[in-house]
Amino acid sequence: MTDHDGTRTRNGDATGAEALVAEPNWLKDKAVRFLDSDVYFSFKRSPVTIVAFSLVMLLVLGALLGPLIAPQNPHDPAQLNLMDGFTPPFSANQFTGSFYLLGTDDQGRDIFSAILYGLRISLFVGVVSVLFAGVLGVTLGLVSGYFGGWIDTLIMRIADIQLTFPSILIAMLIFGIARGLVPVEMRNDAALYILILSIGLSEWVQFARTVRGATLVEREKEYVQAARLIGLGRIPIMVRHVLPNVMGPVLVIGTIGLALAIIAEATLSFLGVGAPPTTPSLGTLIRVGQDFLFSGEWWIILFPSLTLLVLALSVNLLGDWLRDVLNPKLR
Amino acid sequence: MKKSMALALAAGVAVSSWGLTGPGTAEAETLRWARAGDSLTLDPHAQNEGPTHTLSHQIYEPLLHRDMEGKVVPALATEWAPTDDPSVWRFTLREGVTFHGGETFTADDVVFSIERAMKPTSGMKELLNSIAEVRKVDDLTVDFVTDGPNPLLPNNLTNLFIMDEGWTTENDAADPQDFAAGGENYAVRNANGTGAYMLESRTPDERTVLKANPDYWGKDSFPLEVTEIVYTPIQSAATRVAALLSGEVDFIQDVPVQDLGRVGEQDGLKVVTAPQNRTIFFGLNVGGDDLTSDNVEGANPFADVRVRRAMNMAINREAIRQVVMREQSIPAGVIMPPFVNGWTEELDEYPAHDVEQAKALMAEAGYGDGFSVTLNCPNDRYINDEAICQAAVGMLGQIGIDVALDAKPKAQHFPLISKWETDFYMLGWGVPTFDSEYIFNFLVHTKTDELGSWNGTRYSNPELDEKIVSLASQTDLAARDATIAEIWAQLQEDRIYLPIHHQVLNWGMKDNVAFDVQPEDQPHFKYMTFN
Repeated sequence: MTDHDGTRTRNGDATGAEALVAEPNWLKDKAVRFLDSDVYFSFKRSPVTIVAFSLVMLLVLGALLGPLIAPQNPHDPAQLNLMDGFTPPFSANQFTGSFYLLGTDDQGRDIFSAILYGLRISLFVGVVSVLFAGVLGVTLGLVSGYFGGWIDTLIMRIADIQLTFPSILIAMLIFGIARGLVPVEMRNDAALYILILSIGLSEWVQFARTVRGATLVEREKEYVQAARLIGLGRIPIMVRHVLPNVMGPVLVIGTIGLALAIIAEATLSFLGVGAPPTTPSLGTLIRVGQDFLFSGEWWIILFPSLTLLVLALSVNLLGDWLRDVLNPKLR
Repeated sequence: MKKSMALALAAGVAVSSWGLTGPGTAEAETLRWARAGDSLTLDPHAQNEGPTHTLSHQIYEPLLHRDMEGKVVPALATEWAPTDDPSVWRFTLREGVTFHGGETFTADDVVFSIERAMKPTSGMKELLNSIAEVRKVDDLTVDFVTDGPNPLLPNNLTNLFIMDEGWTTENDAADPQDFAAGGENYAVRNANGTGAYMLESRTPDERTVLKANPDYWGKDSFPLEVTEIVYTPIQSAATRVAALLSGEVDFIQDVPVQDLGRVGEQDGLKVVTAPQNRTIFFGLNVGGDDLTSDNVEGANPFADVRVRRAMNMAINREAIRQVVMREQSIPAGVIMPPFVNGWTEELDEYPAHDVEQAKALMAEAGYGDGFSVTLNCPNDRYINDEAICQAAVGMLGQIGIDVALDAKPKAQHFPLISKWETDFYMLGWGVPTFDSEYIFNFLVHTKTDELGSWNGTRYSNPELDEKIVSLASQTDLAARDATIAEIWAQLQEDRIYLPIHHQVLNWGMKDNVAFDVQPEDQPHFKYMTFN
């Protein structure tokens, strides 16, 4: 605090420095407000959440810094040496003498590097497909709840129909069709975007249903009626007044949906329809490792599986905690 | 995708039941048989492909076939010999044979079946290219007239199955299924042969059930201890092994190399190993003006023999043998298994793995900066096919060739080769005739209506074509062998195929099963016994 104040006095003489100084103050206010809030209070009091949050941060950091930390680029086949294949963890390869922290897979791919790069794919696909599903679902839910009538019926019946199928089947269907439409030579590059599209399209329903329910409640409230009275159009009301008040549950569904999307990506890749074997995601690594379960090369499947488990579990725990905090009834 | 789900479910079931039951002994009646891929079609003349023939061999019979030791033995013909005219072979047919539907087997069926297998949509026509006419002499005698004498004709008939003329024509299946064009006919899903087993039910890629034929002519000559066969393709290696370990299946035709030890050590199971009559290799589009999957505009990098040689040098066959195949393969320098007439040790020598020299060759050809191309690969046909392709992607990456891998089930992979829709592909070739001519006819001769149906390289060398065609009627075997050697010398020079290795067969089965490995990977279950 004193440090900060000191900075201000010293810079106070310089003209035009005022704006620069205002920012830390604003940040400080925000931080103080956050540290005072119920959310932070509840966070502090829940060791499970703190551990989950740290693990997620660790994995996200690992994914972001992957190319800097990883001893090898596992997505560049030219960097792999086949003779390094099946090196056990914590020991040297019997032919080449190379050492890999977590061992290598059947192609001589460093498992540690492959996990870091696989995490990038899993997190990227997870986050972007949840954003996609969220934007689509929230929009449709708002429209459905606010307008009502035949639009509501149409959107909700589509949602109901989609809910009767397991979302992984829908994702596989969309993946199959999209893959068929993409020219062969672009398939490997497009695989990730097709994954995002198929997972996003299979998970928008939860968002839409929740937002519609909340919108139905909100649109009858006085502030919405007041906004209508002063002549605001439907779109501004929906976006500026209703939307901020229905975002709480969306945040919760989004977090839990992130865990689901990561699992969905891994499932698709495990079944061989997701990320291609030359650029493996966590699911692809587990698929490859599965073939060596009986022959004793346990590390190929174990480490990617553990990473996936920790990631999905932590994100899920964070989602659960967020739900409890944001739900006034549970306080 | 439905299949993948089914496999995932099967994996779950397999893992959950494992450890509860353990492998028991095989029941004397039912044989539960699994391998990675299914038969492509029941139409016996549509596809010249190993697993397809394997299933057909249980239901249909050729005039003569190779037994479990690989020796040619009589089946529907009892005797065959050239007549006084050396270009006519006379076959005496077996008496008292009936088809599963009750029809009597006669010379008309033989004439009909051979003519059917010579039609343009047939996958077997290359084997019959020397035949001018098939003539019925009487009900139990048939003459095969060839264009000039063909001393090796019987070797070409070991996978040529005989269908009933009446049944086939009545069901509008007189023409073989056009497999590459996605055609269908009645014989694709139904079967009426003379073999030891009859088709009970079939769901492609899931399950095929065969029942013993009560009226089989060979009832007293073969053990026939297996009375029912349940055939389930299981693509995933781990699931397949789990099924064998748990006792869910009795016999698997392709034990994954990494699991040989595990299966061999398990009580009640054994692995039987033998070198296979099959070579695995890559084919390159050398004759096209431009490749569809590359990034080089208006030119075909594979057309330059220096690029092909560089690729040949970049592939580290020893590493593939050591790591991918766990020493269960024989690195190859020629696309011909050592069993075959024409094979020599010199031909089978391969260049040393040398990245620097390969790079120099690439630079010399003007591709010092490399190029990109797509490799098409099956994932349920050969031992570790996809893993070999992945390894090759890495090795070619080291000399600047950026390879995208497209691995698919064989039912989608093989049509790419016959329809010329791939620039760079994996293929494995076995030689049922044990003679080089078979390789030339299918893989080297310019692709025409009669020959070269599996030549996906667009390679066309009229001089070689002439020599290849001359082989069929060359009676002087020494001169014939000399021509074969000349053709191989030219092919090794042109390097249109990049050989990887000769496969080694590993059959896994219950301890109480007595069954030898057949060098062509063609089990005939009528020979199987239990002790």
